[in-house]
Amino acid sequence: MSGGIDTGDTAWMLIATALVLLMTPALGLFYAGLVRSKNTLNTFMMSVAAIAIATVTWAAVGYSLAFDGDGAIIGGFGNAFMQGVDFAPREGTAIPELVFFAFQATFCIITTALISGAVVERMRFGPFLVFSALWSVLVYAVLAHWAFGGGWLISGGTLDFAGGVPVEMASGFSALAAALVVGARKDYGRQALLPHNAMYVLLGAGLLWFGWFGFNGGSGFSTGQGSVLAFTNTLLCPATTLVVWFGLDLMRGRKVTAIGAATAIIVGCVLITPAGGYVSPGWAMLLGALGAIPSYAIIVWRTRTRVDETLDVLAAHGTAGFFGILFIGFFAQASWNGVSDGLFYGNAAQLGDQALAALAAPIYAFVATFILLKAIGAVMPLRATDREEAMGMDVVQHGEEAYVTGEGAILLLPDDHEKVAVPVADPG
Amino acid sequence: MKLVIGIVRPEQANQVLEALYRAEVRGFSMSRVQGHGGEMDRVETYRGTTVQMGLSEKMRFEVAVSDDFVGRTVDALCEGGRTGEVGDGKIFVVPLDHAVRIRTGDSDEGAVTPVGK
Repeated sequence: MSGGIDTGDTAWMLIATALVLLMTPALGLFYAGLVRSKNTLNTFMMSVAAIAIATVTWAAVGYSLAFDGDGAIIGGFGNAFMQGVDFAPREGTAIPELVFFAFQATFCIITTALISGAVVERMRFGPFLVFSALWSVLVYAVLAHWAFGGGWLISGGTLDFAGGVPVEMASGFSALAAALVVGARKDYGRQALLPHNAMYVLLGAGLLWFGWFGFNGGSGFSTGQGSVLAFTNTLLCPATTLVVWFGLDLMRGRKVTAIGAATAIIVGCVLITPAGGYVSPGWAMLLGALGAIPSYAIIVWRTRTRVDETLDVLAAHGTAGFFGILFIGFFAQASWNGVSDGLFYGNAAQLGDQALAALAAPIYAFVATFILLKAIGAVMPLRATDREEAMGMDVVQHGEEAYVTGEGAILLLPDDHEKVAVPVADPG
Repeated sequence: MKLVIGIVRPEQANQVLEALYRAEVRGFSMSRVQGHGGEMDRVETYRGTTVQMGLSEKMRFEVAVSDDFVGRTVDALCEGGRTGEVGDGKIFVVPLDHAVRIRTGDSDEGAVTPVGK
């Protein structure tokens, strides 16, 4: 055993990292179920793309900019291309920096994938790859530095256990900007655009919740009390969100809906993400119950607007992340977290620190994403043509279909390829 | 009495439904079919297996109407289904010998006229 490494902590963090990585395919499933069947593969592929792109950018510069040094705004290039990331313990933890690096990489991946929910069914795949590469560095790494890596928020006292700032508010408000820049689907507001497979949605939500135990439970980087508290709160908080969501569904439509329940699981997990290791189990249950209401309201309101933020990333992640960050300011309890009290326990200053984060993160994420997508849009078209959108992104962007039957398919042997000059995207 | 059969693109199905509704054509059935109508084939690749997809997904509307309604039904199918690209589909109008409304036993013109007309 090398010096300063705790085997128990390391074992848990290895597993937690794998749990968080699972969340991205789970998100792909959740999102794929919510779109129409002709866009199933493309929607899932955006999550796969995030794994590919964000891992590479994270290894190249993202990790370094987020976690090297304690500059106020941004880290350094000391760990660029994983220089110095090895078996020695990461400062402040008893786990090898390699594990810390991988754990943090999975956060960058899922956050990048989350934004795809705003642009599915019409954004072209190529520009999404470019966007993922730039966003994972220019937005995620910056906000991760602010909240986790020694930047101005964490050094100013803001508490964010597992990513209310860089993950939840960043993805939610970036999604809003992305939806505004890319624009609504051509049939949005004119036709009913319905989820094609509610079972995928439920299964995806279930797997996300499972992975979230690694996400929150690993964010103490140890098997210590903060991790244990966050782990159990990740069970309690989404459960109360579900209960309240059932009630809201009953009041609104007299029926408890399945896709509503899947959404409630996500909202509950997001609510507890920033607060997991800072509030008592009792307050975590209150957080889940109260936090359901603003997200529910925004989902109901958003669908009446012209803003096609298609899969409601703003409501589920932005709004719930905002609520969770502020909640810490009221109900943090030093007797549980060993760090700080909130307003309710006599420390009003904590609420100020939390409010600052709740203001700064959405503004930075929204503005940076808006500019980034406008810039990419100036170089290449962001969205498919109306005709391509009608055909579905699976055939147009990937040349595959999710539910292909094979009837009428003629096998092309290698020699035949030259004879068939068929641009898939341009029939007729 | 005629049976009007319209085969259209799936993505135009909603427009066709709206057009039929506006034309006050209320009774019809719709099914998913696969077909080929001269449009260029799609080439898809599944892990090294490249195939030419000879059949495209289409929607088939079947509308049984009295003779007075044939024109407006055909117009509605055309209006809703047209994009101007190859592959918009076809409409066939065929004679209909006999029709029965199962609930009441009404036959022929009575069976294809919407209730309340």
